[in-house]
Amino acid sequence: MSLDKPYLDVPGTTIFDAEQSRKGYWLNQFCMSLMKSANRERFKADERAYLDEWAMTEEQKQGVLTRDLNRCIAAGGNIYFLAKIGATDGKSFQYMAASMTGMTQEEYAAMMLAGGRSPEGNRFIGEQTGEKK
Amino acid sequence: MAKITASVFTSHVPAIGAALDLGKTRDPYWQPVFQGYEYSKQWMKDNPPDVIFLVYNDHATAFSLEMIPTFAIGCAAEFKPADEGWGPRPVPTVIGHPELASHIAQSVIQDDFDLTIVNKMDVDHGLTVPLSLMCGQPEAWPCPVIPFAVNVVQYPVPSGQRCYNLGKAIRKAIEAFDQDLNVHIWGTGGMSHQLQGPRAGLINKAFDNAFLDRLVTDPAGQAAVPHIDYVREAGSEGIELVMWLIARAAMSDKPPTLKHRFYHVPASNTAVGHLILENNP
Repeated sequence: MSLDKPYLDVPGTTIFDAEQSRKGYWLNQFCMSLMKSANRERFKADERAYLDEWAMTEEQKQGVLTRDLNRCIAAGGNIYFLAKIGATDGKSFQYMAASMTGMTQEEYAAMMLAGGRSPEGNRFIGEQTGEKK
Repeated sequence: MAKITASVFTSHVPAIGAALDLGKTRDPYWQPVFQGYEYSKQWMKDNPPDVIFLVYNDHATAFSLEMIPTFAIGCAAEFKPADEGWGPRPVPTVIGHPELASHIAQSVIQDDFDLTIVNKMDVDHGLTVPLSLMCGQPEAWPCPVIPFAVNVVQYPVPSGQRCYNLGKAIRKAIEAFDQDLNVHIWGTGGMSHQLQGPRAGLINKAFDNAFLDRLVTDPAGQAAVPHIDYVREAGSEGIELVMWLIARAAMSDKPPTLKHRFYHVPASNTAVGHLILENNP
C-alpha cells in the first residue's frame, strides 16, 4: 500500500518529504557545508572540483552549477539548504525566490508589494486551464 | 508555583532581523512592520516574564539532515546566535533555564511526547527575530529563554492536533514547577508564505486572518485542520503555523484577553502576523 501524499496535486510545489529527503541527502549536506567560510572559498575557487567531493548525482551537480533551483528541488533539494548557495553567491532570498518563478527579481518584488501571489487558481494542478483532476 | 501569564505569536522572517541589524527600521518598506510591534515592546516592559518558552523551528542551521528531531527542547545554560551563512546576528547570547527545561522534559515525556533533549545548540533567526521584535536591541535579553524547536522542514511535520495536545502537556508541566515563575509561551513562524518552486510568493490574507480569529476563539477547532489545507491555502512554508497551536494550547481553557493584533504584507516573501494574549487562569 502506498503512502498517503495528498500534496502531490498542489501546483508549482514540491513537498520535501522523506522520499525527497532521501534522494537529496548529499545535495543538501553539500549545501550545509557552505555554512563554513573555508568551504565557501573552496567552492568558489573551483565549483566542479568541490562538488565532485560529494556523492551527488550528475543531475544534482548540474542543478547547482547552473543555479537552477527548481532542478535542484526536483532532485531532492530543500529550499532552506539551497538558500546557502545563494548566500555564498551574495544573493538575497528574494532573488532566489524570483529565480524559481520565471519572473525577474523586480517583477517578483512588485508582486509581493502588491500583496503576493493569489491562491486563486493556484490550489490544484490544472485549475488554471480548467483541467482539474 | 510557575504560571503561564501570556502567549505571544509572531512571524520570524529573517529579513526582519537583517533590517533591524542594518538600521533600516525607518525605511518606508520596513517602517509599517516595526510600527506593528511598538505596542508589543512596551507591553514586554510592562509585563516582564521570568522565563520565555519559545516555540520555533530551525532552518537547516543546528539540524542538518544528519538528525531531524520532531520536537527538541533546549536544556543548555546558553545558546549562541548561529552563523547562518553571513555571520551570526549581532544579538545577545540566549541564556537558558536548564532547571525548568529539564523539568518540562521529564514531565512531557512521561505524558507520552517523545522530546529530544538538546544540551548543545546554536539558535537561528527563528528564535532571535521574535526576541528582537518584542525586545528591541538590548545589551542582554530581558530573561532566560527555553528554545523549543519543532521540525517543520521535512515532511511529515507534526499535525496541528499533536501540537495542540503537546501544548496542554507543557502547560501541565510548567504549572507543576515549584519555583514562583512568570512564564510566557511564544509560538512563532508563518504566516502564509511559500519560498520554493514556481508558486513561490503565495500569500493568502483571508486564510491568515481566519487563522488569527480562530486561534483566539476556537483553537481546538483549528487544531483539527489537516496539513494539506495549510499547504494548499497558505503555501508550503505556511505549515509553520502549526507551532502557534503549541503556545495557544498552553493557555488555560478560559478565553484569553486579546491585547494586540497585527497583520502586514509583505516582509520579503512572507505575511507577518502577530498576537499577544493574556491568560485568564
